[in-house]
Amino acid sequence: MAYGSFVIQHDLDFVVKQGEVFVIMGGSGCGKSTLLNHMVGLKVPARGDVVYDGQSFWSATPEAKEGLRRRFGVSFQQGALWSSMTLAENVGLPLQTFTRLPENQIRDIVSLKLALVGLAGYEEFYPSEISGGMLKRAGVARAMALDPDILFFDEPSAGLDPLSSRRLDDLILELRDSLGATMVVVTHELASIFSIADNAVFLDAETRTMIAWGPPKTLRDECPNPTVRRFLRRGEAGGIKV
Amino acid sequence: MNGASVSVPDATLAVRHREPDGAVLEFAGNWLSQRGLPEPSGAVSELRAAGVSHVGFDARQITAWDSGLVTFVLKVLGETAARGVATDRAGLPDGVRRLIAMAEAVPERQTGRIAARPPWLARLGTDAIAATRAVTVGLAFLGESLLALGALVRRRARFRISDLLLVVQDCGPRALGIVSLISFLIGLILAFVGAVQLQQFGASIFVANLVAIAMTREIACIMTAIVMAGRTGAAFAAQLGTMNTNQEIDALSTMGISPMEFLVLPRMLALIAMMPLLTVYSDLVGILGGAIVGIGMLGLSSTEYFEQTRAAVHVSDFLIGITKSSVFGVVVALAGCLRGMQSGRSAAAVGLAATSAVVTSIVWLIVLDGIFAVILNVLGF
Repeated sequence: MAYGSFVIQHDLDFVVKQGEVFVIMGGSGCGKSTLLNHMVGLKVPARGDVVYDGQSFWSATPEAKEGLRRRFGVSFQQGALWSSMTLAENVGLPLQTFTRLPENQIRDIVSLKLALVGLAGYEEFYPSEISGGMLKRAGVARAMALDPDILFFDEPSAGLDPLSSRRLDDLILELRDSLGATMVVVTHELASIFSIADNAVFLDAETRTMIAWGPPKTLRDECPNPTVRRFLRRGEAGGIKV
Repeated sequence: MNGASVSVPDATLAVRHREPDGAVLEFAGNWLSQRGLPEPSGAVSELRAAGVSHVGFDARQITAWDSGLVTFVLKVLGETAARGVATDRAGLPDGVRRLIAMAEAVPERQTGRIAARPPWLARLGTDAIAATRAVTVGLAFLGESLLALGALVRRRARFRISDLLLVVQDCGPRALGIVSLISFLIGLILAFVGAVQLQQFGASIFVANLVAIAMTREIACIMTAIVMAGRTGAAFAAQLGTMNTNQEIDALSTMGISPMEFLVLPRMLALIAMMPLLTVYSDLVGILGGAIVGIGMLGLSSTEYFEQTRAAVHVSDFLIGITKSSVFGVVVALAGCLRGMQSGRSAAAVGLAATSAVVTSIVWLIVLDGIFAVILNVLGF
């Protein structure tokens, strides 16, 4: 992964298993969001590839890429809602475009998705009329509009109040359990990491590569790399095993 | 036991009535919304017709499901709750039960949003009030920009020279290309139109007068101003609008830096300084365009053409164009900055601000040009 000749991260190699909650963690500016952008096909990797179910994303035909993209749902850091549309239109657009559902069923699904993120009754609001945290949750509702197989979240709980943040974590787990979706979450919220992640990868800003991969609790207690242990303990108890 | 079923590909629903007044909704097949699902209204109306008092669910026959099933069940639950019918969710898949619980966890907010259209008199009144307010806001903005100019004169204005130079570069040298093209073609067109008429009287030499006077007094400054309104005024509006969206303007204000001085002043100064220069340049390129026609088509010699031009134009003609262009520069800068600062905080609003900046500038350019024409006529220039 690189911007021009500036390499953000190199030698990244990990596997996200179907149906798991996978967390990409690391300090600010280490390239977490950039990695996510590469995984969802927004940025071309300088070298290497992203493989879904054995199918390479970057060497796929444009049609195959479309097919793969249809299976993604992406929730962006700031919500990235289309500002000229109401929340209902934002969530409803993928349903109108990619399904043949009648309007009233689309309306019901939209209401359900908004209710799941705690925004019931906000259908007719424009993005500029609601708060930042609400924007973010509406972005999550849009990402899961089509019940995607893989959901990507870029810092889902940053900027949310503790209750909303907790609800979002619960929702991520619930969607995984009930719909069998795979979740890829970029975050550095420790509470979130420990409560939702099955596996995590740690990107290091200094060495510019991944220095740990595994279940976060195991990493916290047993990871040989002190940077990772310090990160997962908020800097406390540096290299000492507790 | 009697039953009725609604059937669509894969997903099926059957209503089984239980004695004395109960019913069970039996789901079967693939309940995936991508493939189309039964309408909840069918089941609901059947339950209503039978007058049941409690409803259960049976989902053992379901092979796959997604949000479509959840919305379906929610619809049925909403309907039964409204009619006081008891429901038993035990027969639903675990995941559906938990998702429904999550959806119900935060009660629907009663936002009271209604899109009623007020009567015409009320709309007329609202529009009139909005129009007056727009005028007030425009005048206030003009006043604030004058205050900023005053601060500049007293050397108290806070802005960065590098910002000013950047704007100068953008609305001066970088605009030369488009101004050259437009002026050259306008000069050419004027000469063509004039040549056809004047040739009939054997007075084709006067094409030089026509082109020179029209360019220096009117066309150069108005065309340059319109180009700058479309090019730079719209850019100002979009830039300030986006800064407003990102709270950058709020950040300046809370820091005690006046956005009028920091953002509007450099833009206004740059346009006031660059517009006359661009206009003079446009005069020359326009005259050159006319000369091409005069020399190439009418058979005039270049000495003849330029001598005629020199005799036709007075310094006052140049000065009139230059004065007007400075005023036009203020109009373009103010309209762009005003619309940008007023812009709403969304992508659509920023687009609207840019459009509105161009329209406002052009309207005021033409109005002011008319006023100038009257005044100059009265003064006898």
